[in-house]
Amino acid sequence: MLSPEEWQIVGLSLKVSAVAVALTLPLAFALAWVLARSRLPGKVLLDALVHLPLVVPPVVTGWLLLLAFGAQGPIGGWLDRAFGITVMFRWIGAALASAVMALPLMVRAIRLSLEAVDPRLEAAARTLGAGPWRAFASITLPLALPGVLAGLVLGFARSLGEFGATITFVSNVPGETQTLPLAIYAALQLPGGESTVARLAGISVLLSLCALVASEVLARRSGRGPHVL
Amino acid sequence: MSFDVDLTMRRGERTIAVAIASEARLVALFGPSGAGKTSVLDMIAGLLRPDTGRIAVGGEVLFDSAAGLDLPPERRSCGYVFQDLRLFPHRSVAKNLRYGLELAPPERRFMALDEAAEFLGIAHLLDRAPHSLSGGEAQRVAIGRALLAGPRFLLLDEPVSSLDRARREEILGLIARIRDELALPIVYVTHDERELERLGAEVVEIG
Repeated sequence: MLSPEEWQIVGLSLKVSAVAVALTLPLAFALAWVLARSRLPGKVLLDALVHLPLVVPPVVTGWLLLLAFGAQGPIGGWLDRAFGITVMFRWIGAALASAVMALPLMVRAIRLSLEAVDPRLEAAARTLGAGPWRAFASITLPLALPGVLAGLVLGFARSLGEFGATITFVSNVPGETQTLPLAIYAALQLPGGESTVARLAGISVLLSLCALVASEVLARRSGRGPHVL
Repeated sequence: MSFDVDLTMRRGERTIAVAIASEARLVALFGPSGAGKTSVLDMIAGLLRPDTGRIAVGGEVLFDSAAGLDLPPERRSCGYVFQDLRLFPHRSVAKNLRYGLELAPPERRFMALDEAAEFLGIAHLLDRAPHSLSGGEAQRVAIGRALLAGPRFLLLDEPVSSLDRARREEILGLIARIRDELALPIVYVTHDERELERLGAEVVEIG
């Protein structure tokens, strides 16, 4: 079926996407919490900023990442000086690009699930002796969890399909940054690459379909209202 | 045990002001809908902050704006039965009952789970999910959850207003037993005079 190189591409794609959502989840959760619950004055602006990667051309996002994380960039320069790390042309850079692109989708899903949790239940937990953190962990989090997982899967699917920001930011390096979409693009440029394209495209569609179905199932569970345990 | 409450709070155009100084076992806040009765309970429970005033129950000060004292809800040992009950939808009846029980310091617990279930007549409901309960059953579970958290006093917000007459009598009987057998002081909110007579409450009018 797939050649060893093609399996390697699938493996790299899964690794990049998994690391991308793992990187994004804490930030996405924090942002979703602020947007769902706080009365921050600049909330509209924050909301717009979070959603920017959804509407800005991905190539622009990639270029901005390049400015920030390049050797001369403020973050890239610091990483290099402090730890001797560079993300340029590395798979971790591809994960970073995917993370940025997945952020808006994850924030949206988590925010909706947090907004669906009635704060009056937390108030009830407080009167029963729970501090704010325990009320959050025992009431809010379990009730929001299906939505959080749906956001995670959605972000994972988005990361698998990430192309524009990745190729701009970390280029198309086989074995390092060449994820599925980039490999398909590269194969398209080669004469006789059609069969490779077809196999990789098939895998892409299959993975995306699985992720979307999983996300939908989870979202429906969270939207059903009362949960049984 | 005594209630010593004196507070004011502005809500938009209106000002909620209430003074309760009572040794009675059962104090009723009585007044029309929208008078701010629930807000007063929320302030006693620590869920809403009064602008000024003082709240003391049984000599323990829970809030004092002059002294800058404001205990968080979890340190007020108050058993609050909300009008909308607020049973946790993702936990079974037994797990709802256990929520406050497990958080209560051992010396504050005065009932075991089985005892409370027996007292309230909900022993057969323990494995059920909250959304499968009838109004009267859910009301009993909510009362049980509050009792098991080892409260020093109870706040009951219109506990029978949504029930039919037979269930209403049952729950009112139960509240009378809590007052007498458990000797827990109660603040009771209602807009129905008949309940006040039935429970022999000391009445504080609001609004």
